[in-house]
Amino acid sequence: MSDTQAVEAPAKTTITVVVDGVSIEANPGELVINAAKRAGVEIPHFCYHPRMEPVGMCRMCLVDIDTGRGPALQPSCMIPVAPGMVVGTTSDTVTKAQDGMLEFLLINHPLDCPVCDKGGECPLQDQTVAYGPGESRMVEEKRHFEKPIPISDLVFLDRERCILCDRCTRFASDVAGDALIQFTERGNNTQVMTFPDESFASYFSGNVVQICPVGALTAKPYRFKARPWDLEQTESTCTTCSVGCRITVQSSRDELLRYQGVDSDPVNWGWLCDKGRFGFESVNSTNRFTQPLLKGEVTSWSQALDAAAGAIKAAIDRDGPKSVAMIGGANGTNEDAYAWAKLAKTIMGTGNVDAQLGDGLSADALLGLPRATIDEACAAGVLLVISPDIKEELPVLFIRLRDAVMNRGLKIVEVTPKATGLSSLAAVSVQHRPGEGAEAVRAILGQATTGQISVLPDVIAKAAGLLGGAVNVAIVGRTNLAEPVSASAEAISAVIAASGDTKFLAVTRRGNTLGALEMGLTPGVLSGHRVGGPEGLDTNGILQAASEGKISVLVLLGADPLSDFADSDLARRGLAGVGTVIAIDTLPNDSNALAHVVLPASGFAEKSGTTTNLEGRVSTLAQKVTSPGTARADWMIATELAWRLGGDLGIESTADVWTEVANASAYFAGCSTAAFGAPGAADGVLLPMPVTSVSLGTIASADESEATEAGGESAGSTQMLVTFATTTTVHRPAPQDAFSLRLIVGRELYDDGVALHNSASMSHLNRGGVMQLGSHDFDQLGIRPGERVRATSSRTSLVVEVKRNDAVPRGSVYMAFNQPNVSAADLIDATSATIDIRLETIS
Amino acid sequence: MTDTAAPIAKGPAPKIVSSRFDLVDGHTLQGYVRTGGYTALRKALTMSPEEVTAEVKTANLLGRGGAGFPAGVKWGFCPPGVFPRYLVINGDESEPGTYKDRLLVERDPHQLIEGVLIAAYAIGAAQAFIYIRGEMAHAQERVAAALNEAYAAGFAGHRVCGSDFSVDVVLHWGAGAYIVGEETALIESLEGNRGMPRLKPPYFPAVKGLYMQPTIVNNVETMANLPWIVLNGGAKFAELGNGKSTGTRLFALSGHVNKPGVYEVELGVTTFRDLFEKPEYGNGIRDGHKLKAFIPGGASAPWLYEEHQDLPLCKPTIDQAGSMLGSGAIVVMDETTDMVKAALRLVRFFARESCGKCTPCREGTTWLERILDRILAGNGRPEDVRLLMDVSDNISIGLAWPPRQTTICPLGQSATTPIASAVMRFPDEFAKYVGGSVELKVKPRGSAFVGPLTVTSEPANV
Repeated sequence: MSDTQAVEAPAKTTITVVVDGVSIEANPGELVINAAKRAGVEIPHFCYHPRMEPVGMCRMCLVDIDTGRGPALQPSCMIPVAPGMVVGTTSDTVTKAQDGMLEFLLINHPLDCPVCDKGGECPLQDQTVAYGPGESRMVEEKRHFEKPIPISDLVFLDRERCILCDRCTRFASDVAGDALIQFTERGNNTQVMTFPDESFASYFSGNVVQICPVGALTAKPYRFKARPWDLEQTESTCTTCSVGCRITVQSSRDELLRYQGVDSDPVNWGWLCDKGRFGFESVNSTNRFTQPLLKGEVTSWSQALDAAAGAIKAAIDRDGPKSVAMIGGANGTNEDAYAWAKLAKTIMGTGNVDAQLGDGLSADALLGLPRATIDEACAAGVLLVISPDIKEELPVLFIRLRDAVMNRGLKIVEVTPKATGLSSLAAVSVQHRPGEGAEAVRAILGQATTGQISVLPDVIAKAAGLLGGAVNVAIVGRTNLAEPVSASAEAISAVIAASGDTKFLAVTRRGNTLGALEMGLTPGVLSGHRVGGPEGLDTNGILQAASEGKISVLVLLGADPLSDFADSDLARRGLAGVGTVIAIDTLPNDSNALAHVVLPASGFAEKSGTTTNLEGRVSTLAQKVTSPGTARADWMIATELAWRLGGDLGIESTADVWTEVANASAYFAGCSTAAFGAPGAADGVLLPMPVTSVSLGTIASADESEATEAGGESAGSTQMLVTFATTTTVHRPAPQDAFSLRLIVGRELYDDGVALHNSASMSHLNRGGVMQLGSHDFDQLGIRPGERVRATSSRTSLVVEVKRNDAVPRGSVYMAFNQPNVSAADLIDATSATIDIRLETIS
Repeated sequence: MTDTAAPIAKGPAPKIVSSRFDLVDGHTLQGYVRTGGYTALRKALTMSPEEVTAEVKTANLLGRGGAGFPAGVKWGFCPPGVFPRYLVINGDESEPGTYKDRLLVERDPHQLIEGVLIAAYAIGAAQAFIYIRGEMAHAQERVAAALNEAYAAGFAGHRVCGSDFSVDVVLHWGAGAYIVGEETALIESLEGNRGMPRLKPPYFPAVKGLYMQPTIVNNVETMANLPWIVLNGGAKFAELGNGKSTGTRLFALSGHVNKPGVYEVELGVTTFRDLFEKPEYGNGIRDGHKLKAFIPGGASAPWLYEEHQDLPLCKPTIDQAGSMLGSGAIVVMDETTDMVKAALRLVRFFARESCGKCTPCREGTTWLERILDRILAGNGRPEDVRLLMDVSDNISIGLAWPPRQTTICPLGQSATTPIASAVMRFPDEFAKYVGGSVELKVKPRGSAFVGPLTVTSEPANV
């Protein structure tokens, strides 16, 4: 369990305490239970959890603590060490207390261990082996409750098994900020319960299952699936989003059954979001591609690869390398990304590659901005957030930020077009109209502004006062998918203009966006942030060119532009204009349904490799199960395709990739599969690695076919690195007429994405395609919540239900991206700075 | 209860807190001021806060809630210079047999308010909270009415009596939980949370109390003494009583006496026998029965017996006898009492009132209740008596007095004292129910549990 992870080694100024006769050094403020643990004395406990405030409720950790007035029974989870303290954990009194406590916990605990999911990994079971009388003296009927009851779509509660340790309830209120479960009743009838008619609908509900010390809380996707002793596990990194939470991947009989959070101090502290935790369902989906498909028919790998290579060759021969394009690659591993980038840029010779789908920051921002870590963001003092809703996009980063605000004095200044999950935690939430984001940033940084903005002056003043004209750390990203990326670049430029030494944490949605870009899956950039390689188009440009018939072959690397590109019309026209679509993917989606060739790819936990999170932290992915059918890792597919195109990527293993990129760039200097797997790298490795044995002057490129073939830099020469191109352009939003509402589009955790769509437990959790307005606009427009209205943008007109949401400021309208039934992307014109919507009642 | 239900003592003890109990209008501002009310407040405002505190220290006014800690000393525990600090009045009187605070609040609410104002002035609190038990609706109404009068008359609120001292007094209605009588649980409840105790350490209210600020929690009766002390001086108060048990105290006498009621008696002078027998007090055990046992200080106190009757009502003496004066509730049981049933009655109260926060209290008290229930239903086994004591021992290790507890607060341990008392003194009654002799493994260490003791009637001035 994660309990073992957070015990820290002592700093220099320590306190000497005696534990069971042995003198040990402890940190000032360290709890007795943790100090004892480091000294090798395990004090039994149930309610204590190292990542939560202690409550001293279960009384299992009572020990004799003597601070000079004789030993007294005290809960070791509540008492910090003090000089000269003598702790005894083995006296008759302590033993009696522990035995008594365990008997009390068991008298009403059902002995249904044989059918309990927790059996075998249950702290109560384990401690019953070590403590307690061994047989029950209670002859009365045990406490009874209806069992189990669902408290959310994902979690079941068995109150008979519950030992009322307050872990789940504390997590919900103190860590997640979703105080949706609470103790009700009292004394012997005390129970954990939701509020009437309100479920425990938290994005973080799975964590309570993991930290429950008994089998009281179970998760729907895992219930009765396995016995813990039948599970095999390996440590890996979640790639559902770019936080990169460390997890253990557990399987039995070659089937993924559970992910558990691992306490990685710089990253996730043991917590996971539900989307990540239960994401294994989509890996297990029966819809997975298991065999290559040619025009929708199952075929052999050789035929499929021949067809793909033939199409690519023909396109290059006929129309040149620029007629081939590649979109995607941000969901895979670094090794996958490198292999495909190298294939595209060296063997195919095209620069039309983009790991992003037009919904992130530009590559120069992601690669060129000075980077902050999550820890640095949390310790920033004042943190500027100009990003999409972090609770929706990067839930565990939200947990870290929430902790920093609640417990560590962090103050957040948020600049956003609508209230977010962070707004209630923010010291100031500057909520502006779409199109005014950069202007709002300039205003709060005391820079010259050009026009009026729709934010109250006192809000601007308060934010300005907190920031004092400079930004230490900023979290940046696309605040609105209905605005172009240039709006974000303008805001970031304003931050840089204020203080040159700002560090940035860039929000990217897909797990390995940053890693893919660092490996060269973007035009004009080679691995390791180097400027070079063929120029080309980004996804926006590729789709535009495709719609004009200029792209003959489009390779989709796990990408679904029809669902994921924030201009459906352009995506549809683009895909329609392509001659041959080749998809490398795990699950069917709208875009790969159009593919001429589908090559089945290995999914998560089916391949090993590395991933890079939003901090630039490289951590390992482990293979736990075999791929379905003949599916294989993306990088292997790239090498196969390279041979058929008459080339050789020179990659025979994931280790080869690192040898190659480490030699090619200073950024990757020192990187190797061994370095990432080293015991000291358990929390991942922040790049660039500290220069120690690696001498930058000796970087060789003789065996670096990428650089040479792509006309890159030669050995030893100064490598030109990608820098963020600051912009001085001041963009003024177009005037908004009185009858229009300006569109805000953002991602939510539960959408209609392919992974969720194929997870039985989570596919129904999205909120659906509705249009959300503030109360005042309902009155203004004379429409009612729940009504279906006609929404018209410059692109199209669609019928959509309207819902009241006072997080949306007056004059704006919000839609979640990629929801079922109604698509916000249909309304978006990617070439337009802002999207105005007119709503009409349907008579 | 109506204003006339409880007979009030007319004994020789000076009436410090119960002087207005018999007045028809003692609860009104008019009646209060007519009988000298709010003169102490005016006097206190002419003194410095330190001088007021010094008087209370001189008086050695012991807290009247149960623990008996000197109020003046408690006030000094607030870390200097840390503001805001709060005064909280514990009016969550809910122990079986305890009803003295209710009368104080119902019949003389202004005396309480005046005490609160004086204490707030002394400790430097700009906000005071009077927490009244949920079930005491009449008391709540009386305090609310009195507070309105006090505010209107300028005794409370902004610039009290024209001085520079301002204080807001807030009436808070409890929701009906015995545990909230525990000061940290009361603070949780005041903050709007579930009434569950906090752990001490680190949450000593004087340091980290209400809203994590320094907080003084005092009992209603403690506050009611303050006007008299300020008017007459701490020394005069200390002259009353015996040794360190100074002043008078209200005792709520109930059970098998002819005249139950709340009586104000001088500490260390009056004996239990006086209280049971004298016509101005209990006027004898009911209907000529004999005393079998009595609870000297609330349901959680170890029982005392006929040999203890001549002990004076005074904290050190009762402490030495192995029990406590506690909340001032004295419950008399005559020889017709079934001690197993009596034990169940008390244990059931604590089991029902356990907040459920910590394991031994939540699980243990209910287990004890169920064992006793079973014994009384005729399904007891000889080993059940031993089990009762073993379970009690796991809640309150060693069944010592003063107790050592495995719980967060003393509630769980409170359920074990009636069992230890009944089992140790009346094993035959248990033996009759369980059909076998009672053999115990646990050896209690509380002196009241283990039988007749030699106690001197001299207070053990320690």
